Amino acid sequence: MSSSIDGVKIGLEIHCQLTSLNTKMFCNCSADYRGKPPNTLLCTVCAGLPGSLPVLNKRALEAAIKIGLAINCKISNKSNFFRKNYFYPDSPKNYQITQYDKAGGIAIANEGYVETNLGGVRITRIQMEEDPGKLQYEGSITTSSNTLIDYNRAGISLVEIVTEPDLVSPKHAREFLNTIQSIVEAIGECDSKLDGSMRADANVSISNGRRVEVKNISSFKEVERALNFEITRQKTIQAASKMETRHWDDVRRVTVTLRVKEDEEGYRYFPDPDLPPMDISNDYIEQLKNLLPELPEKRFIRFTNDIKLPGEIARILIKNKVVADYFEESLKYENNPKLISSWITTDIMGYLNRNNINFIDLSIDAKSLATLAKSVSDSQINEYTAKSILLKSISSNDHIDDLLKSEISNSVTFENLLEIIEKVLNDNSKAVADVKNDPQAIHFLIGQVMKATHGRADHSKVKELIEKQLK
Amino acid sequence: MSNLLDEFEGIKEKNKSINAYITFSQLDDSISDGKLSGKTIAVKDTISTAGLRTTCASKMLENYVPPYDAHAVSLIKKHGAIIMGKANCDEFAMGSSTEHSAFGPTHNPHDLERVPGGSSGGSAAAIAGGLADLALGSDTGGSIRCPASFCGIVGLKPTYGLVSRYGLIAYGNSLEQIGPMAKNVYDCALLLECISDYDNRDATCVNTKRIDYTSHLEDDISGLKIAVPKEFFGPGTDSIVEKSVWNTIKKLESEGAIIEEINIESIKYSLAAYYIIAMSEASSNLARFDGLRYGLHSGKSKDWNELFSNNRKFGFGFEVKRRIILGTFSLSSGYFDEYYIKAQKVRSLITNDFKKVFSKFDVIVGPTMPTLAFKLGEKLTDPLSMYMSDIDTVSANLAGIPSISIPCGNSNSLPIGIQLMSSHFNEKTILNLGNRVEQIAGV
Repeated sequence: MSSSIDGVKIGLEIHCQLTSLNTKMFCNCSADYRGKPPNTLLCTVCAGLPGSLPVLNKRALEAAIKIGLAINCKISNKSNFFRKNYFYPDSPKNYQITQYDKAGGIAIANEGYVETNLGGVRITRIQMEEDPGKLQYEGSITTSSNTLIDYNRAGISLVEIVTEPDLVSPKHAREFLNTIQSIVEAIGECDSKLDGSMRADANVSISNGRRVEVKNISSFKEVERALNFEITRQKTIQAASKMETRHWDDVRRVTVTLRVKEDEEGYRYFPDPDLPPMDISNDYIEQLKNLLPELPEKRFIRFTNDIKLPGEIARILIKNKVVADYFEESLKYENNPKLISSWITTDIMGYLNRNNINFIDLSIDAKSLATLAKSVSDSQINEYTAKSILLKSISSNDHIDDLLKSEISNSVTFENLLEIIEKVLNDNSKAVADVKNDPQAIHFLIGQVMKATHGRADHSKVKELIEKQLK
Repeated sequence: MSNLLDEFEGIKEKNKSINAYITFSQLDDSISDGKLSGKTIAVKDTISTAGLRTTCASKMLENYVPPYDAHAVSLIKKHGAIIMGKANCDEFAMGSSTEHSAFGPTHNPHDLERVPGGSSGGSAAAIAGGLADLALGSDTGGSIRCPASFCGIVGLKPTYGLVSRYGLIAYGNSLEQIGPMAKNVYDCALLLECISDYDNRDATCVNTKRIDYTSHLEDDISGLKIAVPKEFFGPGTDSIVEKSVWNTIKKLESEGAIIEEINIESIKYSLAAYYIIAMSEASSNLARFDGLRYGLHSGKSKDWNELFSNNRKFGFGFEVKRRIILGTFSLSSGYFDEYYIKAQKVRSLITNDFKKVFSKFDVIVGPTMPTLAFKLGEKLTDPLSMYMSDIDTVSANLAGIPSISIPCGNSNSLPIGIQLMSSHFNEKTILNLGNRVEQIAGV
C-alpha cells in the first residue's frame, strides 16, 4: 500500500449499476431506462404503491457475487437487506433497500483487494442496493428554482463498492476507478459507457482534519477534479474541523456544503422484514467462480509473459476488454503481436481518441488488420505503406483488403527493383566509391532507391540488395 | 331487481347504525362459480382492491384507488365471492377498537354503545350484523381475533407466510397476515382454503403444500394434548371470561382431550416487544405516505420538506402519529439496542418457548381477550389500557404461529371468545378443535 506525503486519505464508494440485467432489482420492470419518457417504467413495486412488496431479482445477486469474486472478496454465506430511512423526493418509499454492516447486517461480500499501478487498495465490502429516482434541476443545483422527478431509474440494481481510505492522491483514485471499471467490464455486468452507470462518492481528509464526504460526482474525470478542489480547500482552511457532506457542483466546479453529516445515525437502519435473509451455498459461489472470464490483471500477465508485449502496451490493451479482445482476435489470423499491438495502441486508438469515436465503432475488423500485418511479414509491402493504408482505411471507410490489393498491384516487383538499383548505382558513382571508406554512406543510396520507388520498396530488402551489388 | 341487489340495499340501510363499511362496491347481479359462489364478503380497508377505493380508514388515502388487487382479493374473486365493500378499521390497522377511523367508529352489533374490537372491527361487525357472510381481516397483534371475540364470530390469523401479503397495506410487516373471518368454523376453513395459495410476489410467502382444511373438521380430538398457559389469565382478566374459557376447556377434556396447565414466562414481555417491533416497522412502512405521488395533498409549500410535513400532519390521525413517533424513536441511534434489538431478542425467546411447548402439546388454549367488548370512548384517552387489551393475542404474531378465536360463551348478550393456537402451518389442528368447540359451546 502507498502512503501520502501530505497526509491525504481518500476512501471511495463506487456505485455500479448492473446494466446487464433486463429487469429491476425487486420487480419485473424493464431496467433499460435510458432515453425513455419520464415515469413510464413503473409498476406497483418500484413506484412504492401501498401494499406492494419487493422480490429479489436472482440475477442481481449473481452479478454482485461475481463482482465480489473478481475483486478478491469473501462472499457471505448468509446475507440480508436493510432499510435506510430518509425522507427525500427521489425515493418512492422514503427508504432505500440496501445492505448494512452493523446490527446483524451482512453485506454480500467483504474484505477484498485491488492492485493498481499506483498501489493496492483494500475493499471494505460490496453491498447490493436499489437506485433511487432521478431529480432533474434546471442548470446548477444551487440556483435551480424547481425540481422534476423521474422514477424510471428507481429500483435499478446497484452494487456499492466501499474502499478503505487507502487512496493517497486524486490520481491514485482515478487509477483505481479505471481498474474497477475494467474489471466490471470484463465480467460483463456493468457497461460503464452508459451515462451514470458508474458514480462515486468520496471521503477525503488531510492530516489532523475531519473526514469530509463529497457526493454527486457523475464521472471518473470529475472525481479527480472534485478531489483536487476539495484537498486544496481543506489545505487552505488548514484541515476540515467538522464532519460534513459536500456536493460537487460540476457546473461551477466547486464543492458546496449540503448538510453537517449525521453519519449513519440519522438513517434508522433496520432489517427489511419483506425480504428474508439469503442463503448462499459454497456450491453456488464455486459455480459462479467458474463462470468468470479472464480478468484484466491476469490478462496483463499473459500479455507480458506469454506474448512478450512491453508492459505499457499491455496495460493500454487490457484496460478495455473490447480492445484486448480485438487484439487477440487479430493474432488468430496473423501472429505478429508487436506490429498489431503497436498499430492498435498508437495509430488506431490515437485516431479514435482525436475524433471521439468509441473503439467498438471501429470500421476495421480484426481479420483485415491481420491481413495487413501479414502482407508486411510477407514483404509484400513495407511498414510505412501498411501504416498509410491503415490510416486511409480508418478515416475513409475504404476496406483494407481493397486498398491493399491496389497497393500491391502498383508495387515494385523484384525485377523492377533490381533495374532501379542498377540505375541508381550507375548514376551515383561517387557515392558508390564513398561506401568503401564509409559504410554509412550506403544510406544515401538506399534513400535514392526509395525515392525512385515512391517509398514502396522494402527498406531492408533494398539495403540487402545494394550491399550484394557492391561486394 | 334480483335478490342480491335487494339485499345490498338492505345492507346499506343497516350499515347506517353499525358503520361497518367505509366504501360500497358497485354491484351487478351476476354470480360466478367457485367455492365461494354467491357468498357476500367484506374486505378490510387495508387490503388493496383494484378500482375500489382503499383508504386504510385514513384521511391520507381518502381518495386513493389502487390499480391492482391484493393476491387474497384476486383469489376470493376467482372463487366466486361477491365483494360488498371495504370494511372499516382502525386507521392503518392501529388500534383495538375501530374507534381510530377517519370515517367514524364502527358499532358492535350486539350493543351499539360498545366497540366491535379492532382493528378489523368493520369486518367482524359486518358478519355479526348480517351485512356479509364472510370477511377478510388483517392481524398484526390480534386485529382479526380481537373483533372476532367481541362480535361473537370466528376469526383466524394464519401462520406467517401462509397467506400472501401482496396488496395488504403494511403496518407491522414481520407480524401480520391477512386472514379469514366468518360466522362459523366451516366457513372460516373454507375461506382460508381459498386465500392460502402460494404467491411468488411475496418473498415471505412460504411454498408449502396447501391443505383442504374443510375436510379435516370432523377429525377425532380425543388424545389431543392441550396446554393452558397461566399467563393468559393475568390480573386484568374478567372472571366471567376466565370462567367461560375454562368451562369450554373442561368440556374438551371430557371429550378425551388431555389438558395441562403450564407456564410460559416470556409471555409477560410479549406486549412490550410487540409494540416496539410493530411501531418500528410502521414508522418505516408509513414513510411512503408523503402525498407527492398519491394521497392527501395539502397544497402549495415552499419546499418538499414543508410539503411532506404538511401532508403528513393533515393526513394522519393522532394514534398513527403516536406510533410513528414511538417507532422512529426506538429505531434511532442510541436507543436502537435498548429497544428494537432487545424486542427482537424477546421475540426469539417467545418463539423458542412456544416451540418447546409444541414439542409436547398440540394446541395452546386461552381467552382471546381479557375482557368483554368495552364501551365506545372508554379507553380512547388511555392508550396504555387499550394496548394492554392485546396481551393474549400478540404472542402468536411474535411467534408467527396460527391462532383462531371462536365464540365460547356470552355475558349479558356480549360474546366471549376462546383462542386456540398451534404450531407453524398447523391450521388444520385448530380448525378441527375449533369445530368441536363450536359444537359444544353451542353459542
